[in-house]
Amino acid sequence: MTHDVTEPAAAAPGHATSDGRRTGSVRRAPGGPGGTGSAGPNRRGDDWRKRLEILVFVTPALALIALFVAWPIVTAVRFSVYDWKGFGDLTDFVGLENYAEVLGDEVFRSAVGHNMVIVVGSILLQLPLGVAIALLLNRKMRGQGLLRTIIFVPYVLAEVIAAVVWLQLLQPQYGFIDAFTAGIGLDPPEQGWLGTPEYALWIVLLVLTWKYLGLAVLLFLAGMQGVSEELHEAAQLDGASWWQTQWRITIPLLGPTMRTWAFLSMIGSIQCFDMIWVLTQGGPADATATMATYLIDEGTKRHNYGIAGAASVILFVIAFAMALAYQVLILRRDTKEDTV
Amino acid sequence: MSRKTQALAALCAGLMIAATGCGSSGDSGGDDNTIIWWHNSNNDPGKSYYEQVAKDFEKANPGVDVKVQAFAHEDMLTKLDAAFQSGDPEQIPDVYMERGGGELADHVAAGLTKDLSEDASDEIDMIGGSVAGWQVDDKTYALPFSIGVVGFWYNKDLFAKAGITTAPTTMEDFYAAVEKLKAAGIQPVSVGAKDAWPAAHYYYWTAVRECSQDVLTDAVKSLDFSDACFEKAGDDLADIVAKKPFNNGFLSTGAQEGPTSASGLLATGKVAMELAGHWEPGVMQGITEDKKGLGDKTGWFAFPQIEGGQGDPAAQMGGGDAWAVSEGAPDASVDFVKYLLSTKVQTGFAKNGMGLPTNPDATGALTDPALADLIKVRDSAPYVQLYFDTAFGQSVGGAMNDAIVNVFAGKGSAADIVKATQAAADKEK
Repeated sequence: MTHDVTEPAAAAPGHATSDGRRTGSVRRAPGGPGGTGSAGPNRRGDDWRKRLEILVFVTPALALIALFVAWPIVTAVRFSVYDWKGFGDLTDFVGLENYAEVLGDEVFRSAVGHNMVIVVGSILLQLPLGVAIALLLNRKMRGQGLLRTIIFVPYVLAEVIAAVVWLQLLQPQYGFIDAFTAGIGLDPPEQGWLGTPEYALWIVLLVLTWKYLGLAVLLFLAGMQGVSEELHEAAQLDGASWWQTQWRITIPLLGPTMRTWAFLSMIGSIQCFDMIWVLTQGGPADATATMATYLIDEGTKRHNYGIAGAASVILFVIAFAMALAYQVLILRRDTKEDTV
Repeated sequence: MSRKTQALAALCAGLMIAATGCGSSGDSGGDDNTIIWWHNSNNDPGKSYYEQVAKDFEKANPGVDVKVQAFAHEDMLTKLDAAFQSGDPEQIPDVYMERGGGELADHVAAGLTKDLSEDASDEIDMIGGSVAGWQVDDKTYALPFSIGVVGFWYNKDLFAKAGITTAPTTMEDFYAAVEKLKAAGIQPVSVGAKDAWPAAHYYYWTAVRECSQDVLTDAVKSLDFSDACFEKAGDDLADIVAKKPFNNGFLSTGAQEGPTSASGLLATGKVAMELAGHWEPGVMQGITEDKKGLGDKTGWFAFPQIEGGQGDPAAQMGGGDAWAVSEGAPDASVDFVKYLLSTKVQTGFAKNGMGLPTNPDATGALTDPALADLIKVRDSAPYVQLYFDTAFGQSVGGAMNDAIVNVFAGKGSAADIVKATQAAADKEK
């Protein structure tokens, strides 16, 4: 998650360096003057040195990626075509049976649905709220720094810690929220907020919004810093009201930031696990199961590693397809603008 | 396997972990006279008691070295899974805990566990019928050292307050008690349905009452749940749920963690009873501030009888832990396990309140009155049915537990429990 965050946030400088490296213009420049005196052989030596340099610098990173990314993926794919209990040799080859089973499992299908609800719900809730709060916090006012910090605090909290705090608040009957609703004369649901299948997912969504709104606000605020002050002044001279300025200038110029943020939010939602695991363990009656809780349930709890492997591959494919579609359909605009 | 070792080696090198970190695991298991023993008594008095046991064994067997590793229960299970997954004898402990049933059968099928039938035949005879849960194809692979039963733990004061004078013995009594408690403004029963298994115990119990021993024994072997008693048990469960005896929010209540868990609600006097195993007094002691739990207010009664049920009225439902020896372990490990089942060790085990000993000569040593009563119930039972999720294995058991929770949530029927269980079982065949 943190990786994802830094990457697009630093998108502009990142592009510059990678482009620079790819064209090699920066590197060749110092090589050029050195090569003027003596021609062929020396240059070849430089090439070798460069290659060696690349090798030395890239190998450790590649080795780590191979070990921690590529190898686990390959292993998961391998598990997914076997019936395997978690120990002994992989002998019981079942082909694509595990995939058929996962896709035919009602719990998994509803889990995909829950993931989609979280994807869409997170964006629908956090986008307007985030923009609104960012607009407010972007105005010069007293305690601006403090307010910005407060909004951002939930995001800094570890997800598990935030989940435990909310779990305590949401305890049926004895938790703060139930006590509060009862105190103002309303009846909290009999099974508690997290125990009622009809409410549980929405409650989880609200807690997720509380947790991740800070990130949206932070990114939007950063995006707003990039909107030139001159545009605002020009608009003001033309007699635009504050609302008009924000609506016609700030928000449209915030587009690339919003699209990047939505991408991050989407990926996070598809992988959603910690919060749900602590709050509901995917229950009650699988009402909040996500793809991630499904594969933990099948894998480490039931020792159906083949099924879990297949589920993880499906999760990967869904996440990958959505990410790719988003890149092609929506983010492409931004990258084009960048290059122009 | 070799690929994993390579990867591990690469990891060690790549991350420059100090040689001690990865290097030391290599020389621990290979030694013929070193026994690696994993257990889950990671709190005193159990922890120091087991250290003493290991020392005593070393003294009696010169040259043998017992390396004791105490884990928190969940940590131990995770590490055990990982060790078995590696398939590497160096990583797998020599003496470890088996819960029996389908899980053990999987370990046996993968050739991970030693057959103790002949080497420990005396101990097996001594333990008697309870050892059945740790047998696969009539061979015994582990020796149960503690077996408990699941029943209702209740708060005597709250029962008295509601005017209940005798503990319920039939379902009618039970429902009457529930109504009385409700009338007195007391929530009758807590259940940690969030964790699934505490809710599932209700169905295991109704099935033990409804099904004959033969049907249950057959079902464990054949994984065939077509006998009508399984669905009847589901109907009984639906009846119980329909009477609404449970605490508010039971679907999101955990089993044992903290004061708002099912055990916590009982320990703090918020509910009158809970269906739980022999561990309950210990769990409640851990939750309350004075470390006394319900203290002398603690009462226990067996799961009520169901009219017309085929089960033996004295049958019990529960489970336990057994010591197993891994396939690659040194021979001394078997002697060590036998020593763990000896009257001496089991007596100390009972005295320290670490569980319900299986050695008959040690049962008198239990000091905790609640446990002393419980062991009488256990020992007078014609058989103790192993928890279904253990007996049928995690895959079938998990599907069954989920379907049972659905009934608690009003989202499924008795037929759904049988259907889901059978569907998961068919995949195992």
